[in-house]
Amino acid sequence: MKLLIRNSRVIDPANKLDGIYDILAEDGKVGRVAKEMKAAADKTIDAAGKIVMPGIVDMHTHLREPGREDKETIASATLAALKGGVTSLLAMPNTTPAIDCAESADLLNSLLKKSAHANVFIAGTITKDRQGKELADIAKLRQKGAVAISDDGASVDNEALFFSALKKAKANKILVICHSIDKSLAGDGVVNLGAISTRLGLRGISKESEYKRVQRDIALAKKAGTSIHIAHLSCKESVEAVACAKKKGVKVTAETCPHYFTLSEEALLGFDTNFKINPPLRTQADVEAIKEGLKNGSIDAIASDHAPHTENEKDIEFDRAEFGTVGLETELAVSISELIAGNRLTWSELVEKLAFQPSRILGIDKGALTPGKDADLIIVSPEKEWVVTKESLVSKSKNSSFLGRKLKGVVEYTILAGKIVYEAHPH
Amino acid sequence: MAAWQRKDLLGLEDLSREEIGLILETAESFKEVSTREIKKVPALRGKTVVNLFYEPSTRTRVSFEVAAKRLSADVINIATETSSVKKGETLIDTGRNIQALKADIIVVRHNYSGASAMLARHVDISVVNAGDGWHEHPTQALLDIFTLKERLGRIEGLNVSIVGDIAHSRVARSNIWGLTKLGARVTVCAPRMLIPPAIEQMGVSATDNIDKALKDADAVNVLRMQFERDTGAAFPEQLEYFKNFGITGERLEKAKKDILVMHPGPLNRGIEISSDVADGAHSVILEQVTNGIAVRMAVLFLVAQAQEKGLKDEAVD
Repeated sequence: MKLLIRNSRVIDPANKLDGIYDILAEDGKVGRVAKEMKAAADKTIDAAGKIVMPGIVDMHTHLREPGREDKETIASATLAALKGGVTSLLAMPNTTPAIDCAESADLLNSLLKKSAHANVFIAGTITKDRQGKELADIAKLRQKGAVAISDDGASVDNEALFFSALKKAKANKILVICHSIDKSLAGDGVVNLGAISTRLGLRGISKESEYKRVQRDIALAKKAGTSIHIAHLSCKESVEAVACAKKKGVKVTAETCPHYFTLSEEALLGFDTNFKINPPLRTQADVEAIKEGLKNGSIDAIASDHAPHTENEKDIEFDRAEFGTVGLETELAVSISELIAGNRLTWSELVEKLAFQPSRILGIDKGALTPGKDADLIIVSPEKEWVVTKESLVSKSKNSSFLGRKLKGVVEYTILAGKIVYEAHPH
Repeated sequence: MAAWQRKDLLGLEDLSREEIGLILETAESFKEVSTREIKKVPALRGKTVVNLFYEPSTRTRVSFEVAAKRLSADVINIATETSSVKKGETLIDTGRNIQALKADIIVVRHNYSGASAMLARHVDISVVNAGDGWHEHPTQALLDIFTLKERLGRIEGLNVSIVGDIAHSRVARSNIWGLTKLGARVTVCAPRMLIPPAIEQMGVSATDNIDKALKDADAVNVLRMQFERDTGAAFPEQLEYFKNFGITGERLEKAKKDILVMHPGPLNRGIEISSDVADGAHSVILEQVTNGIAVRMAVLFLVAQAQEKGLKDEAVD
């Protein structure tokens, strides 16, 4: 099977490519990338005016299966992923059961084999059942294919325990992803602490609860000599903490999410629970700092933190509603609308944040269009506009922070191992 | 006079100066009803008002009930402990059930900020916020403003100080919105730990010096200190609070000689206010209670009218 994509602008920062090329996928692999290629193919797509890039590697997704199939399933999440141009994702381990041992990893792997429509990489927990009390069997999790460990949704408060986890992770050559939030400081807060929490009469979550824990995690990682990755940076001080550590040579990487460079706490003024996210939407100054951090490299990656919740868990009193927004289907379009149309990143830089860097950080062989690698790529209409509606979302849950928003950028084709697995306009 | 268009009253933040003015004028005309021998007008005859209270409240609930009855409405009181919400019916389901009973207005008191707005989004009948969490308590602020205006003839240019637990007070927030929209200068005064961050962005000044707050004030609104509130360690001792922030005759001697003292009730005598002040010449606390009836009659009347008009407009479409 040969698939030829002609005349598109190919953007592949891993190979320093940005120009009009033809690209041939052969037997599931990238064959050649060349100008005006002479090649026969089973199917040819003329992609003039469109962009071809490696499929997005989303390093922060909550699949909810096993355990909460009412929110999302492996099938529905991975179909949503394909629609959003995500060909590979990292499944966070805070499921029921949590992925904290060989048995639950086996269970997840068998479920994935049965129902995943995209490449799913798995993360194990740091501690048993994410309780922060006792380490999970990190070596076993590594053996079962976990590429990272994280107690995402919780931070390991106990310093000694976290330090031993870092040591173990280093010995097992596995990445540690930190949910750097100090619960004792964040308390029962539901929105950013400041003018908006004051106005709405809601409990606030201070920035300290985030950046102080980022600083702690970095300090412990430095001491242990282990690579860590900080999830979902939301505020200026956290970006500064990461930038400062990088300068000192600490092996730390960081991600942010589309909502943190697009939305500020002002969005909360109508008590819309789709904007209730953890960490919370911060101030406009923080939004600026996140964008700046992406540009100057303090922030390595963009991830969705796709967090599906049912209507019953969202359409209730603000204090009682769950935290989180779905994001797989909007992360590319929000990034284009905010960072490309807003002149904050070049296309190469954006593709780096969405595909190449996440692959590098996770140590997986994705995120590049190098000949011989799996032909996971997407064809995008960069200027085409669409409006996010509940009906437009494939995800089982519709709790998007971007409902009603007009976005730029439509995924026309998603190609997984050389096969068209999603088409915006099937013929 | 601007027409009232809203089927709900959820807070004063959303209202224009004109809309607040309209409620106050309507309240003025209803105030007389309570002085008649037969204290009733037929304005809401045949309408049903449901008081849905998720928090214990006597004065606000009774005030709404009296207001509705003086407008000839039928009144149903539902008191629900919030703890049962979690296992039972959701607020939205309860609201829809009340709507299905063909009630016309839900007066809702809830311990979560934003709850009344959420309810209003899910029912077609009118919703009046009788206090949501720490967010807003619009009718309390309206009756405070009504009382001030009745006594002093204006709001524009007045100096009004609000003293007490600002951080956890819906009364403070609604008063801030209402008073600043009408041109008053508002100062909030509390121990630092009870002044929420960036309160100045709501258009007020903040101080932890009570004498400073009282110095130029035309009126002081004294909030009830809820020492039973579970907010952790950062809460002052009762006696210490009275010593540093309590409104006493001695303190008022240094204030303007005709300063008005308001309090939303119920009073904690000897904690936020001394008895001599509560019962003294500066106090308008019982007038507030009387005015509360007129203000709530005005609100119920206006939202019911807007709802009726909305239904008629729909029929025309």
